[in-house]
Amino acid sequence: MKKNLLGRLYKDGETVIKQGEVGDCLYVIQEGKVEVYNELGDQEVKIAELGNKEFFGEMGLFEKDVRSCTVRAVGDAKILTIDKRNFYKTIQKDPTLAYRLLEKMSFRLREANKKVF
Amino acid sequence: MKLTTEHSTNNMELQDGSHIAVIGGGPAGSFFSYFALDFAQRFGLDIHLDIIEAKDFNKIGPAGCNHCGGIVSESLIQMLSAEGIVLPSNVIRRGIESYTLHLEQGTHVIETPLKEQRIAAMFRGFGPLGSSDSELLSFDNHLLDLCQKMGANIIIDRVTEAKRTEDGIILRTKNNQEKKYDLVVGAVGLNPNTLNLFKSISPKFESPGTTKTYICEFEMPGEVIDEYFGNSMHVFLLNLPHIKFGALIPKGNYVTLVLLGSEISKDIVENFMNSKAVKDCFPPDLDLNKVTTCHCFPKVNIRGARSAYADRVILIGDSASSKLYKNGIGAAYMTGKAAAKTVIFNGVSKKDFNKYYQPVCRELNLDNALGKFIFMVTSVIQKSSYLKSSMLKTVNKEQRRMGQNRRMSAVLWDTFTGSAPYKDVFFRCLHPAFLASLGGSMVQVLFNKNSTK
Repeated sequence: MKKNLLGRLYKDGETVIKQGEVGDCLYVIQEGKVEVYNELGDQEVKIAELGNKEFFGEMGLFEKDVRSCTVRAVGDAKILTIDKRNFYKTIQKDPTLAYRLLEKMSFRLREANKKVF
Repeated sequence: MKLTTEHSTNNMELQDGSHIAVIGGGPAGSFFSYFALDFAQRFGLDIHLDIIEAKDFNKIGPAGCNHCGGIVSESLIQMLSAEGIVLPSNVIRRGIESYTLHLEQGTHVIETPLKEQRIAAMFRGFGPLGSSDSELLSFDNHLLDLCQKMGANIIIDRVTEAKRTEDGIILRTKNNQEKKYDLVVGAVGLNPNTLNLFKSISPKFESPGTTKTYICEFEMPGEVIDEYFGNSMHVFLLNLPHIKFGALIPKGNYVTLVLLGSEISKDIVENFMNSKAVKDCFPPDLDLNKVTTCHCFPKVNIRGARSAYADRVILIGDSASSKLYKNGIGAAYMTGKAAAKTVIFNGVSKKDFNKYYQPVCRELNLDNALGKFIFMVTSVIQKSSYLKSSMLKTVNKEQRRMGQNRRMSAVLWDTFTGSAPYKDVFFRCLHPAFLASLGGSMVQVLFNKNSTK
């Protein structure tokens, strides 16, 4: 892992967010990969793998609910946190900041629909 | 003389086939281009965009440099990441995770709340004289590459003449190229010659007010920089005349010195470098003259331009309004994006710019007025050892305790890194808890002083 990257370094297998915990930050992968798991009882089902520039934790920005998935680093990953307050303050001034977020959420919804139907 | 653009329209809205010229390929020009092309794509508008830049940012030393401290603030890093613009490791020369405050009374490290590297130290060009690592990239070049990927056409040339016609602006370049555009965007920084060019197509335009600053690069082995500077930006608030703020920023094998104040001269720089607090930062046996690779006295924007727009013409970034002393790249992002939104979603008339773009410049200018007040107060603190000791005591107390309510640390962090608007900093200073904490420290310092006597 290159030392010049921004964010926090997560080691291989380290948990970034844990299903069921309270959280209100958005995460953007600066470099590396993460795997997203859904915990069903004692079992874990891998639902996605995310890489450079992709984000996760967006539900925490809009809902007051607990995290719906667990996210773990695959290999070393450098991940930047985006504060909820900063995000809302900025988006209030510049709503176009949400375009990419909406685009990605729409894509994820489409993918989920494909799996269901 | 052949006009290469076939499309032209009297309409003050961009249409399919409209041509935009962006003069200047620095961050303001690139942010405008990136967002204009992005919004146009989302909006279903087919535009052609040329970025005309005379400099080659791949060149080493002053030839490829845009003379800047080279910091991307915490808030801008977060916004860019949310936009999908992630700076790669070969652009970031060091991730900054703390700042070290140096006063005559002592030194204190203030860390980011989440202990993350959230500030990027980079070079606008390839790097100072002597740079040799071919793997590294210039920040400005990286942004230009992103624009090119979005569909911008990069032209290496210098605009020498601008002429208004009934339905567009004709630009002529040094290489004798001539083309008519539906919109001309000025992102020329504070270059007086190019700014004058805009007076011919926007007669009411008045250039921004400026002052001279100082930037210098010291070359040292990476491990020496790790040991003496770490991933920390070193900030100096010393009682020295003419200097409002000094900073040493570690970047790869270099440390950048930035001095801000009023008309910084060679003598003022020498005075700063000879102060004990600054000397103590460097290895004791190091001859700084021998490791100085390049230095410059660039101008910074300290007063916004007037009438930075007209029909089909708009100026952005330093050429219009910037943030006082700090986060110029953040201001380039704000003005560049605001201009891009206006031209794509609203129009390119003076009226459109006045309604949708001017408020962003006005907000920056108003914020700078508060910034001037904050720096005036900082100058008073700089001269008083009693106030500086009280401030340091407050910071010490805050850093020892857990939790988010580190008000003085946060105020200093945002003042020195430019992460938050000056308005936020100002109102946070008026918070009763902030005043009570500082007041408590002032009483303690006074009491200790009297006890010592």
